[in-house]
Amino acid sequence: MMVNRDSDWTRMFNRRAAVLAGGQAALVSALVGRLYYLQVIESDRYKMLAEDNRINMQLLPPPRGRILDRFGQPLAINQQNFRVLIVPEQAGGLPKTLDALNHIIPLSDFDRERVKKEAARKRGFLPVTVRENLTWDEMSRIQVNAPDLPGVMIDEGLTRFYPKRENAAHLLGYVAAVDEADLTGDPLLQLPGFRVGKEGIEKIYDMGLRGKAGASQVEVNAYGRVIRELERVPGEPGNDVVLTIDERIQQFAAERLGPESASVAVIDVNTGDLLALVSNPSFDANAFSRGLTTEEWKALSTNDHKPLVNKVVAGQYSPGSTFKVVVTLAALEHQVISPDQTISCSGRYNLGSYVKRCHKVHGAVNMTRAISASCDVYFYEIARRLGVDKIAAMARRLGLGEVSGIGLPGEQKGLVPTEAWKKSARNERWSPGDTLNVGIGQGDVLATPLQLAVMTARVANGSMAVKPRLVRPATGTDPESGPGAGQEEFTALGISAEHLSILKAGMFDVINGPPGATTAAAARLHFKDPDKRDWTMSGKTGTAAVRRISIAEREAGARDPEELPWHLRDNALFVAFAPSHQPKYAIAVVVDHAMGGGGKIAAPIARDIIQKVLELDPSHKPRVDDEQIASNTPAQPA
Amino acid sequence: MSDIGFLTARLRRGDMSATEKMWQISWSFVFWICCIASFGIAMLYSAAHGSWTPWALPQLARFGVGIGILVMIALIDIRLIMRYAYVFYFGVMVLLVIVDVKGVIGGGAQRWIDLGFINLQPSELMKAGIVLALARYFQGVSLDDIGNPLVLAIPLALVGAPFILILIQPDLGTAGVVMMGATVMMFLAGVRIWKFLTLGAAGLAAIPIAWSMLHEYQQNRVLTFLNPERDPLGAGYHILQSKIALGSGGLFGRGFMQGTQSHLNFLPERQTDFIFTMLAEELGMVGALVLLSLYVIVMIYGFAIAFRARHQFGRLLAAGITSTMFFYFFINMAMVMGLIPVVGVPLPLISYGGTALFNLMFCAGLLMNVWVHRDVQMAARGGFSDL
Repeated sequence: MMVNRDSDWTRMFNRRAAVLAGGQAALVSALVGRLYYLQVIESDRYKMLAEDNRINMQLLPPPRGRILDRFGQPLAINQQNFRVLIVPEQAGGLPKTLDALNHIIPLSDFDRERVKKEAARKRGFLPVTVRENLTWDEMSRIQVNAPDLPGVMIDEGLTRFYPKRENAAHLLGYVAAVDEADLTGDPLLQLPGFRVGKEGIEKIYDMGLRGKAGASQVEVNAYGRVIRELERVPGEPGNDVVLTIDERIQQFAAERLGPESASVAVIDVNTGDLLALVSNPSFDANAFSRGLTTEEWKALSTNDHKPLVNKVVAGQYSPGSTFKVVVTLAALEHQVISPDQTISCSGRYNLGSYVKRCHKVHGAVNMTRAISASCDVYFYEIARRLGVDKIAAMARRLGLGEVSGIGLPGEQKGLVPTEAWKKSARNERWSPGDTLNVGIGQGDVLATPLQLAVMTARVANGSMAVKPRLVRPATGTDPESGPGAGQEEFTALGISAEHLSILKAGMFDVINGPPGATTAAAARLHFKDPDKRDWTMSGKTGTAAVRRISIAEREAGARDPEELPWHLRDNALFVAFAPSHQPKYAIAVVVDHAMGGGGKIAAPIARDIIQKVLELDPSHKPRVDDEQIASNTPAQPA
Repeated sequence: MSDIGFLTARLRRGDMSATEKMWQISWSFVFWICCIASFGIAMLYSAAHGSWTPWALPQLARFGVGIGILVMIALIDIRLIMRYAYVFYFGVMVLLVIVDVKGVIGGGAQRWIDLGFINLQPSELMKAGIVLALARYFQGVSLDDIGNPLVLAIPLALVGAPFILILIQPDLGTAGVVMMGATVMMFLAGVRIWKFLTLGAAGLAAIPIAWSMLHEYQQNRVLTFLNPERDPLGAGYHILQSKIALGSGGLFGRGFMQGTQSHLNFLPERQTDFIFTMLAEELGMVGALVLLSLYVIVMIYGFAIAFRARHQFGRLLAAGITSTMFFYFFINMAMVMGLIPVVGVPLPLISYGGTALFNLMFCAGLLMNVWVHRDVQMAARGGFSDL
């Protein structure tokens, strides 16, 4: 039928179309092969890549553990912090919304610039913080105006808050942003806005307080926008730290010190619990938590009362006459004098050509009287008889010259000089004059207020080597200290009870002795409670010169502190324990550059504080047990 | 059989009534086309996170219109189609020029003309236009004539002009499909193999020149194709994400509407060029093979029609249309699977987009037209010798 020419063409077409169809079939097979390769052979690899693609891990910062006083009163807690965020993508015009916001809460130009810069840098759906620490009022104003503020939202986080503000700031320390130096493997530290402990308890117990980070697995899209949460592993909140501090005593002591540059340590003589550890003046730790302004920092760092120094552990003072406690016990132990033997005080003491003066002409004084009247001549003499090394040995037994072990940053060891020490430290021979100075707590001997409190406690408790502690062991972070570790057995220092009672008699007279024979009558306790009316306090004054007194001044004898610039005035010290008959508490008070001696300035402070301590004495009140503290644990965040 | 016997003469003459032609349409072929389109609409529904808007419903409506186009085209006398083949071709050429000129004036690349109800992409229509024009040209050209180089000059011009116009839009993928469609047509028309080789060699020699003419983003696409890890967050991102999504689908897929990669926007253009990736992620290799089989069935119909047609025009038209369809889906699938560079070619009957869908239904209509008019006797040049 067909034309030949046509059939030639048809044969050619059929051949070529078959080739074409075959070629296309081959290409389809290639597609099938590729599908098999991607979806079967390599499928697992791509599945893994796909998971990586869509799942993001987000760390959830754990709430920091609280710091509580011995009765569970909060000293450091986490406070809800409201901040206002803006999502640029939803804000319409960012400058316009910021203007609108500015009418509701004032924004600084700096804040506005920062927000604009950050918004330009980040993706549009990521919120930018506009301002933190909103007041309740500010927050509610923003919420009321929400319809006019597209893209503006309120977010809440936790910030550290110290409800007692200045009270116990040195002790607690503060938290601040992470430094390069703080960076360890802990991924928490990489979180923006995470704070770590920088001083005090916050620093020592940082690891325990910090807690463990939780994680949230979120599904994100290609732009990083969170679509939904897949899994949430809640973090572990940090452990609470329960201190031995009684917040009421701490507060009372700080208030009693007023504007003075001073330190107070109150210790339980049997357990070593520190009920108060005050360094005055203080600072508001909240300011550090939020970040100090330049002015605040300047005010703190240039203040001559040194509010940033924790003087109670970092201040090294000449103990002055409070050191006579040590010299007395050394003299009795080495029998260089009998308690009844008298030494005559003519107001001056000659050592070769060298003349040392007493602050008063005491006449013949025995040991008890020497203590109560704080006769320097008596102690020059027995110190000379003892030699410095025997005094040093007793000082060390009473806890001087070494750190207390409570671990607060910046704690100093003080100094208990010996002949060997002077040789190695200064390459000078020890002179008898040095010994006389040590005998009255001057010269090279240095102690911190905490050490003086420990020394007094060890005398008061019958020479048990009590160690101060700041944290109740059961709740501390040391894994070795389980429950029950609170009842620590202290080793005996082996000082004879008879010697102690002689010393204590002298210390009793310091406050309660016959009129005219005392140096600190101002420290008498006055209780209205009939049960406590008989309670007395025993103590020892100290007045330590901070400068070399010239011979001319000595001759003049006049040392009116009001004529001296503040920083050249003497330090006033007082150590005491109470009640005298069955000691429970010991205290050390050091007032820098006071307007009078230990008896006049420091003793009344000690009296008021001890009176408060005894009033609050929990012998009728059960101590809060651990269950009660545990139930105060902060609620888990949602 | 008596029916067929009664019809045979009229089939040859081509003077069937519309009802008779309706019976001649291969409704099974239409059924397979509908199957593919249903796949597409389901995927568009999934791409919108389980919503008929914005893609699935318009696509469904357009497909309804497309079925109308298919049937209408199938019923037109093939000789009319042959007569107006050049008219159609030149009409599309005019549109291409308009688009290009608009692009130049508008200062940016533009591929479509806004007709209000649809953004018409002339380059899509050229895929059918070049096949029609070349089938028209080679109708009645004998093998001897084809040996004459001058006879080849016209088809080269016919393909060269739109190729360049589309290339400068710039639309590498569509230009490629047009060129390949034309090549297939000339191959089937009987052009000597050595001539292809010569032209191929010339083309290779022109690559450096062509390369310098490519836009930077196109150069990047080619470079990224050669080494996808070159820039995993930049140009290589699409290929890599596509492979991840596809591979993670595995044998049975994550389930309909469960494709995480596509739904979380890791996949670009999941409703158009990368819809196959989403399909393969959600329905797995099984789903992908089902779709591929549907395409192959349509291809078999196409080639069967080409072999069965009694006239050169119909044969070339059917084979050309079939090959164009093949290039559509092959290039798209090979692209999303990382076998060839990323070029913007939609998946036929599946990808969202009006012009491509209408053009494909137009092509399917042409195929049906050849089938309905398979026995019509045509003169060497011009369709109505017997009238």
